[in-house]
Amino acid sequence: MTPEELQKVAIIEQESQEQYDHRIHVCMAAGCLSNRADLVKQQLEKQIAANGLERRCTVKGVGCMGLCAAGPLVSIQPKGIMYQEVKPTDAPDIIQTLDKAPIERLRCDTAMPFFKEQKKVVLENCGLIDPERVEEYIAVGGYQGLLKALTEMQPAEVIEEVTRSGLRGRGGAGFPTGLKWSTVAKAQHPDGRKFVICNADEGDPGAFMDRSVLESDPHRILEGMAIAAYAVGATQGYLYVRAEYPLAVKRLKQAIRQAERLALLGNNIFGTPFSFNVDIRLGAGAFVCGEETALIASIEGKRGQPRPRPPFPAESGLWGCPTLINNVETFANIPPILRNGGEWFAQIGTEKSKGTKVFALAGRVKNTGLIEVPMGIPLRRIIFDIGGGIPDGRKFKAVQTGGPSGGCLPERFLDMPVDYESLMQAGSIMGSGGMIVMDDTSCMVDVARYFMEFCMSESCGKCVPCRVGTAQMHDLLVKIIEKRATDSDVRLLNELCDMVQSTSLCGLGQTAPNPVLSTLRYFPEEYEALVQAGREREAAGSNGSAMHVAPQLKPNSTQPQAHVDSEVTP
Amino acid sequence: MSLVAVKPSPPSNDKRWKIVDATMRRHGHEPRALIETLHTVQETFGYLDDQALRYVALSLRTPLSKVYGVATFYHFFTLKPQGEHACVVCMGTACYIKGAPQLLEAIGQKYGIKPGQTTADNRLSLLTARCVGSCGLAPAVVFDGEVVGRLDKSDTLARIEKLICAKPAEVQHDT
Repeated sequence: MTPEELQKVAIIEQESQEQYDHRIHVCMAAGCLSNRADLVKQQLEKQIAANGLERRCTVKGVGCMGLCAAGPLVSIQPKGIMYQEVKPTDAPDIIQTLDKAPIERLRCDTAMPFFKEQKKVVLENCGLIDPERVEEYIAVGGYQGLLKALTEMQPAEVIEEVTRSGLRGRGGAGFPTGLKWSTVAKAQHPDGRKFVICNADEGDPGAFMDRSVLESDPHRILEGMAIAAYAVGATQGYLYVRAEYPLAVKRLKQAIRQAERLALLGNNIFGTPFSFNVDIRLGAGAFVCGEETALIASIEGKRGQPRPRPPFPAESGLWGCPTLINNVETFANIPPILRNGGEWFAQIGTEKSKGTKVFALAGRVKNTGLIEVPMGIPLRRIIFDIGGGIPDGRKFKAVQTGGPSGGCLPERFLDMPVDYESLMQAGSIMGSGGMIVMDDTSCMVDVARYFMEFCMSESCGKCVPCRVGTAQMHDLLVKIIEKRATDSDVRLLNELCDMVQSTSLCGLGQTAPNPVLSTLRYFPEEYEALVQAGREREAAGSNGSAMHVAPQLKPNSTQPQAHVDSEVTP
Repeated sequence: MSLVAVKPSPPSNDKRWKIVDATMRRHGHEPRALIETLHTVQETFGYLDDQALRYVALSLRTPLSKVYGVATFYHFFTLKPQGEHACVVCMGTACYIKGAPQLLEAIGQKYGIKPGQTTADNRLSLLTARCVGSCGLAPAVVFDGEVVGRLDKSDTLARIEKLICAKPAEVQHDT
């Protein structure tokens, strides 16, 4: 493909879109699909045919529109009307009112804060283009960033642009992307091979940002990877995706085939000497494979166990070659940075955290779904304006970010800006972007136990602190919840947190104590109430009347119903 | 001494081994193809049994201990055959907060199985997932590959009943 041909594909596609008076977009991402968006689309197509409107209307499946709580979502362009909770039986009404006033009962208010407060960079095409057609991606400026990089810039200039943008790794740790790229670019290997890996092993429970981007805009990731490969001097890329995301895998495979057909991947892209191929590797359900050295071991066909660093993958990674590993969202930010320049990107966000961040907003909040906000926005605006607050008249209790490596933040942090440093200082982490809101029905000790159970069973078993430490911490938490714990158990839990944190081999172990530490710090009264109950029971037990006293011993603070009946008689 | 390795023959005449062979061939029978191959075996046969592991080990010239190590390391691989229908309860954070444990308990009580087990009549396997990524629809359950969100106890049990009572003709089998 030549630059002219790319332009031509874009123009033809734009024209073929504009010939329709109404373009009906049906969300076909996993959330809406599970609410039978496919049937809605089918019925809409049927109705268009029945009314003989094929020349004026078109229906297309698009990626995630964000408001998963109100799916299936349908939007009508270019008018910009959005309908929520659409059923297949609503199709006739929708088609018949195309030229008239919109249907009020289905209307989704696009002026509400959920839509207005967002800023879309990574998700700019989500919900607008058909992820299964490369032409649509090209029509909205797709592959222009790659074209610019290959034809107008030297690899070093690409890295400079990314460095200028201030982009930091979106996988959680926030390592400066430009610095990582330049390290890989400088690294040498005797046989000259280098690799680019996209980490799409989104293992955090409660996070689905990467899945949505992969399902809604797969070509963006391929373009980002190709630009990265050009910058660091790699010719082969691997996309490591979870096998639990079948739709994302299907769309990526399709996207790779389409890009190869148009010679946007393969040899001599845009007639330049640059060649790049991408292969998919399926993960197999191991959380630890999100760690870069474990991920590399997994691509090599081995058990996903991390190894000590240094050497970092940038110097010695896949098959011992210099390897660049970035997260899905990091790659998704690259094409707009190349198109609009690093300075444009650096204007968004805060001084140290540039750009936007995609969050998967879930849990006890009204508007669950996928959101993208500028860095530095206060948590309160995310949860109460965009998220619409806590449903069922309940009270906010905590917000959990960063999954099993993050922490739970109480109400007093709601006005804190969301950026890497602030979250870290508060005892949580940015993480990959899961944001789970909890109300007063959640017991924080139980939440800590939940995450510890996760880390315990996901520990790869290579290093002792993580393998044994997480199991011991889990047992202590169970003991506390079952009201069998004493003060010394809580002390021991604290000590173990410190030990596992400082001596584990990889990030999994080093961050596993975070949920415990943050709940101990911000919700000590919940631990105290359970320990106190244990104390009282012990005192009663020594009098030989534990069975009779047991019912009164339930602490009157907010305990989860799930554990009220978990009192065991010794 | 001949340097040409003897190509192992498939454990049975089952034509599905050809699919497995094709995957291994595509990767040049390199040991690095192990995970990809196990994925293919599981996709084709539903689970990884002893003879499959032995065959893959021989074909990829990898010690059986290593193959077994990989097969048991990753949660996605299963060494036991699954029941006719699978019900996977998502235990991601959002689902957990919104009552997934209660769904699991209700299913377990009704069918007398724990997560990871299959009913005695082989009709239903109960499984849990770390997170299926449908957090916006929590709590979510996957019934035979179909993700359904915002479930409560009675919905879930009704759906399982429907699933396992479907006549075999209505159920799609790959063979």
